[in-house]
Amino acid sequence: MTASVEFRALRRVFGKTVALDGLDLIIAPGEFVALLGPSGCGKTTALRCVAGFERPDSGAVLVDGRDITNVPANKRDAGMVFQSYSLFPNLNARDNVAFGLRVRKVPAVVRHAKADELLELVGLPQHADRYPHQLSGGQQQRVALARALALEPRVLLLDEPLSALDAKVRVALREEIRRLQLDLGITTIFVTHDQEEALSVADRVAVLREGRLEQVGSPAEVYDRPATPFVAEFVGTMNHLAGQVTGDQVSVLGQLLPVDGKVPADPSVDVLIRPEAVRVDLDEDGGAEVVTASFRGASVRLRVAVAGGEVLADVPGHEAASLGPGTRVAVRLVERPVLVAARTVTVPAPVVVADAV
Amino acid sequence: MAALTGLERVSGAAARPRVWRGVVFLLAAAYFLIPLGASFWYTVHTPVEGVSLSAYGELLTAEGFVRSLLLSLGLAAATIVLVLLLSLPAMLAVRLFAPRLRPVMEVLCTLPLVVPPITFVAGIGTSLRVGTDVLAPTPFWATIIAVQDPGFPVVLVLAYVVLVLPFVYRSLDAGLRTMDVRTLVEAARNLGASWPYVLFRVVVPNLRSALASASFLTLALVLGEYTVASLLGYEPFAVWIVTASGSAGQLSVAVSILSLLLIWLLLLAVSTVFGREKQK
Repeated sequence: MTASVEFRALRRVFGKTVALDGLDLIIAPGEFVALLGPSGCGKTTALRCVAGFERPDSGAVLVDGRDITNVPANKRDAGMVFQSYSLFPNLNARDNVAFGLRVRKVPAVVRHAKADELLELVGLPQHADRYPHQLSGGQQQRVALARALALEPRVLLLDEPLSALDAKVRVALREEIRRLQLDLGITTIFVTHDQEEALSVADRVAVLREGRLEQVGSPAEVYDRPATPFVAEFVGTMNHLAGQVTGDQVSVLGQLLPVDGKVPADPSVDVLIRPEAVRVDLDEDGGAEVVTASFRGASVRLRVAVAGGEVLADVPGHEAASLGPGTRVAVRLVERPVLVAARTVTVPAPVVVADAV
Repeated sequence: MAALTGLERVSGAAARPRVWRGVVFLLAAAYFLIPLGASFWYTVHTPVEGVSLSAYGELLTAEGFVRSLLLSLGLAAATIVLVLLLSLPAMLAVRLFAPRLRPVMEVLCTLPLVVPPITFVAGIGTSLRVGTDVLAPTPFWATIIAVQDPGFPVVLVLAYVVLVLPFVYRSLDAGLRTMDVRTLVEAARNLGASWPYVLFRVVVPNLRSALASASFLTLALVLGEYTVASLLGYEPFAVWIVTASGSAGQLSVAVSILSLLLIWLLLLAVSTVFGREKQK
């Protein structure tokens, strides 16, 4: 029941904005791919092209090798869960789930049995008779998920289904979506702007920027070896430190680190360092000072004043007890290859793009 | 919201607004009920015979009463069907595919409020006359004659569709605002629904109260419409009332009261039919 999906040179323009600018991506059968990017990067447009709500200006969408670009939305074999609550207000949960089966004239007994089975699958067996306004946001999205799965589609499309939910429900539901997806082995495309969400559930993450694919790879690959500075900054938090390249090494904050990837022509560069790659040690004579410390559960994020600028550092919670604001410290970078980009800063500065909760 | 039965004890602070509420209620009631009561008194009381309901008895046998009332009801039903079939798909299409045309549509639909009915009817009259002449040598001549059939003047339905458009547009627009039309339509399309299925099984059921109020207003307007019908020479209910009042004063007022009651009952019926969703 599962299928491959291929975007082939997909292009879509709305007025002056180019939503998709030649997107190429192949998704294997049974794969869970997250389309990640800032708002306006074209990720939702790409998904809507698969659903049939958007017609690309050029290029094609292929499902299992068959070009479906011109197939009307109601003839496509893709279940979709929407960002906003999309349950039919006049139908209860069971009838919502059974809607697609009713359209296909499946007998009432069969479709109700199927709907009950699916509601059980999403953990809402007791809520079949409730109307959407009697369900919480998380429950509504579960029902919407069951409804999308009712027709046993070959592709599941998730358009930021969790963004309207509160943090805790969001985490629980995304794990459940992943579990279901693995059980059913259904090809899934998950659109999100939340990098943490993308990294935690997807087999592969495709980072989009201005309608183009920046990088696609496993979550670990995208996080640890971002292909471009944009990906590095969008996925997670990055410190920008001024560095000087010599040979295939770069000197930064008094340390010499190997450069990851190609060395730019201009020796003055930005060195991109993750907060967890910054070590902070108590040091009376250290050249740095803790400015703020914000508790994040397992770790503490420190903002440290250093060399005329600031860097962010993540340290384990137990170490942070002695690192209150005002403490003199020494900052050291973990010895491993670092990414460099064209110079944009003169003093160390943290750049936080789409920082997850 | 907790229901108020009106029997709860109200503390001193809340008592003052209640007095005002009572005053406003009484004033409003007086404004509506005194003229109505006076009219009723006029129909049942004559200085000579005293109190009698004979005026109402005469009604049912009066020439033209049943015919004009049925005509008005038929016109109202046809207008409701036609205006809803025209405006709802159009409004949906504009919302879904051409949101930029919404202001244009709004202005167009509100226009009939600005054009005085007398201008409107003069235009229709001229068009019909000229149209009949122009179309005389063509097969459409039969059509233009048929729409003017005094038994069921289709031309009145067309005119009423235009006249009620502002009200219908407002009601439906308010109803469509309460739901996320685009997402619901896309969800239904995604589940394999054809366009007619989307319209009748997804949009209409969620638009019941808006459709009800659109129907209300159309019904009320068509039953009470005088200018266009009278100037085009037809005799639906409102025109018949005026004609009848010339000959028998008491009778015509009785008809007015009866028609008021009738419209009220019809509205009640429409609201119970459409209002079932409220019992959730």
